[in-house]
Amino acid sequence: MNTTATTTHYPAATTHERAESHTLTVLVDNEPGVLARVIGLFSGRGYNIDSLTVSETEHQKHLSLITIVTTGTPMVIEQIKHQLERLVPVHRVVDLTVTGKAIERELALVKVRGKGEHRVEALRLADAFRARVIDATTESFVFEITGKSDKIDQFVELMLPIGLVDVSRTGVVAIGRGAEAM
Amino acid sequence: MTREMTGAEMVIEALADQGVQHIFGYPGGAVLPIYDALFQQEKVRHILVRHEQGAVHAAEGYARSTGKVGAVLVTSGPGATNAVTGLTDALMDSIPLVCITGQVPTHLIGNDAFQECDTVGITRPCTKHNYLVKRIEDLPRVLHEAFFVAANGRPGPVVVDIPKDIQFAKGTYVGPQNIKHKTYTPRLKADIEKVKAALELMSRAKRPIFYTGGGVINSGTEASHLLRELVKLTGFPITSTLMGLGAFPAANPQWLGMLGMHGTYEANMAMHDCDVMICIGARFDDRITGRLDAFSPGSRKIHIDIDPSSINKNVKVDVGIVGDCGHVIEDLTRLWRAAGVKTDQKALKDWWAQIDKWRARKSLNYRNSSEIIKPQYAIQRLYEATRDKDVYITTEVGQHQMWAAQFFHFQEPNRWMTSGGLGTMGYGLPAAVGVQMAHPKSLVIDIAGEASVQMTMQELSTAVQYRLPIKIFILNNQYMGMVRQWQELLHGNRYSESYSEALPDFVKLADAMHAHGIRCRKPGDLDEAIKEMISIDKPVLFDCVVDQKENCFPMIPSGRAHNEMILGDAAENLDEAITEEGKMMV
Ligand SMILES: Cc1ncc(C[n+]2csc(CCOP(=O)(O)OP(=O)(O)O)c2C)c(N)n1
Ligand SMILES: [Mg+2]
Repeated sequence: MNTTATTTHYPAATTHERAESHTLTVLVDNEPGVLARVIGLFSGRGYNIDSLTVSETEHQKHLSLITIVTTGTPMVIEQIKHQLERLVPVHRVVDLTVTGKAIERELALVKVRGKGEHRVEALRLADAFRARVIDATTESFVFEITGKSDKIDQFVELMLPIGLVDVSRTGVVAIGRGAEAM
Repeated sequence: MTREMTGAEMVIEALADQGVQHIFGYPGGAVLPIYDALFQQEKVRHILVRHEQGAVHAAEGYARSTGKVGAVLVTSGPGATNAVTGLTDALMDSIPLVCITGQVPTHLIGNDAFQECDTVGITRPCTKHNYLVKRIEDLPRVLHEAFFVAANGRPGPVVVDIPKDIQFAKGTYVGPQNIKHKTYTPRLKADIEKVKAALELMSRAKRPIFYTGGGVINSGTEASHLLRELVKLTGFPITSTLMGLGAFPAANPQWLGMLGMHGTYEANMAMHDCDVMICIGARFDDRITGRLDAFSPGSRKIHIDIDPSSINKNVKVDVGIVGDCGHVIEDLTRLWRAAGVKTDQKALKDWWAQIDKWRARKSLNYRNSSEIIKPQYAIQRLYEATRDKDVYITTEVGQHQMWAAQFFHFQEPNRWMTSGGLGTMGYGLPAAVGVQMAHPKSLVIDIAGEASVQMTMQELSTAVQYRLPIKIFILNNQYMGMVRQWQELLHGNRYSESYSEALPDFVKLADAMHAHGIRCRKPGDLDEAIKEMISIDKPVLFDCVVDQKENCFPMIPSGRAHNEMILGDAAENLDEAITEEGKMMV
């Protein structure tokens, strides 16, 4: 793609730093369109969204908390943070990956179908992962599992050969450790 | 067929494979590779407009008069933002377009690079669908998909945003064979049980009416022919929205004229009093229904539409049929014949007698003058002078648009191009450019207002450059007449900013732009002047100086019911024409 540099009036791409994954929490006013603004920012500026969760957290104050997992070079991540801060309904943006002491959790519902040996194996694995059975029929289970995303990835992978049917995941929620507020 | 080529070449290749012969556009930094590829081929002809809004309207006119997908090419940033009004217009009127926009190179996206804008973000709400192509491998598929999405189901505009590095990148071109969208597969054939339910209602109707719209025209000329057959077969009266004019011939005695805010008395009264309404390819828009809770209160309603979300959106219907108008009308006709339906002849006779009474009000009457040209008279004379010709009409937006709809009569579909849903002043002139490009031998007339025409006036240069002999027939009332009319109705005649000050001398303007200018002030000179306009093989700017104060009637003030129409003072005041119920409400 060398031609680009020589035949256009745009500067060439700079050599890339390594992309890394970051978890950001964004405190926003819970008003119509706020999620669209956040998502529009990501799609419009070409940033990645690996995971996104949102829910109202303080009903009285009309506040919602958005947790976003994104990948980018440190420069891009910093841009994302600043761009988010610039949105009018955004109160605060914290990069939990930078503050370095955050807890991340995700919840997944995993449906598995199988008979005989497979059922036993599914229950054994669920036990090892501390997943709970929340629905059962003679040929299926639905497990509820919480944990870090990679733990869930691993559980889902193990269930695949046993008879995985469906997975529904919440995406990551995160919070800082210790006594301080965000 | 697969071949190695650059992204820019793929664009041209895909356009040609999709049958595009003309593309309307404007160059700029982010589309230069595509313009370079255009330069080196002869399959696709580019028409250089003077503003990107004009490119989109021209493509709309092209699409509406041919039934094909219109094509547009614009640069990033201001090129894309200038196209937004046209895209929104096409979305509102369901016009199939593919608009290719240049974008800054992928590595600069999100950086506020020179002439960058978030084109897919900006156009998301004003397109049927849009794409940002970030990999050369995706480009051929996306281009073909764009045409599929634009033309199928309820048609609409599709934007394909192509970063400049993708235009330079080399890849493998794939032809349009077997392009099937993963998720988008609109339904054409209707559920036959629903069609039977509609037939059942229709066969027992005592006061039926067909209410048709732009969907019939979008469905293709065949749908219009099938509609004529069905209407003849049933003997029911028919009215249409602004968008649907021409699908049914205005000369046919079963035609009641347009309905809605400026529709005829007979069309609106019949809609109000009917017992079975058959809506085909129309969407119960607020200009049609007026006050919703008083809209056709006693009728059972059948709604045929290709867009499931249109059904039960504004008005609750009894039978909702999802399918392509043409297919459904065909089914209805076939089943009607097979069942040998016997309608209630006595009831239908009474219904027609009632309709004739409404017709006798002559709601389109106006007081003519021998001193000053009445705008209605001007349209009538224009119609008379061109009725035997191969003529296409576009309009701007305002009173002149409504008078054109009322007094110019269409016998065929695809002959009438007007901005219905968005009501975009400045639509008509560039749309006429597009129509004339598609039909070089035909007579193409933009019925314009002196205010509207100034919004996209510069496209006259495009017409001159490509020797497109469009006729711009300006009903010059020196007012934004439609605004003034509402100010009289709602704001105590305070004409706030609605006077057209400092108008150009349109004749001199035409001269300066290498077009031909004509001015006419007297009713007695009108026919001669129109004749001159038609005879000139050049773009003509016709300044028809009309009565400044004339208003557009009949009218249903917004928020009122169909039987609360205001008639012009020239309408016949026949007492018995109003139903008892109507009297109570007036
Ligand atoms: C782009 C745009 N801006 C504003 C309007 C609002 N508007 C509707 S009709 C009209 C006046 C049109 O005046 P003119 O073109 O002279 O037509 P007339 O009503 O006098 O026939 C205006 C301003 C519009 N429809 N479109
Ligand atoms: Mg005017």
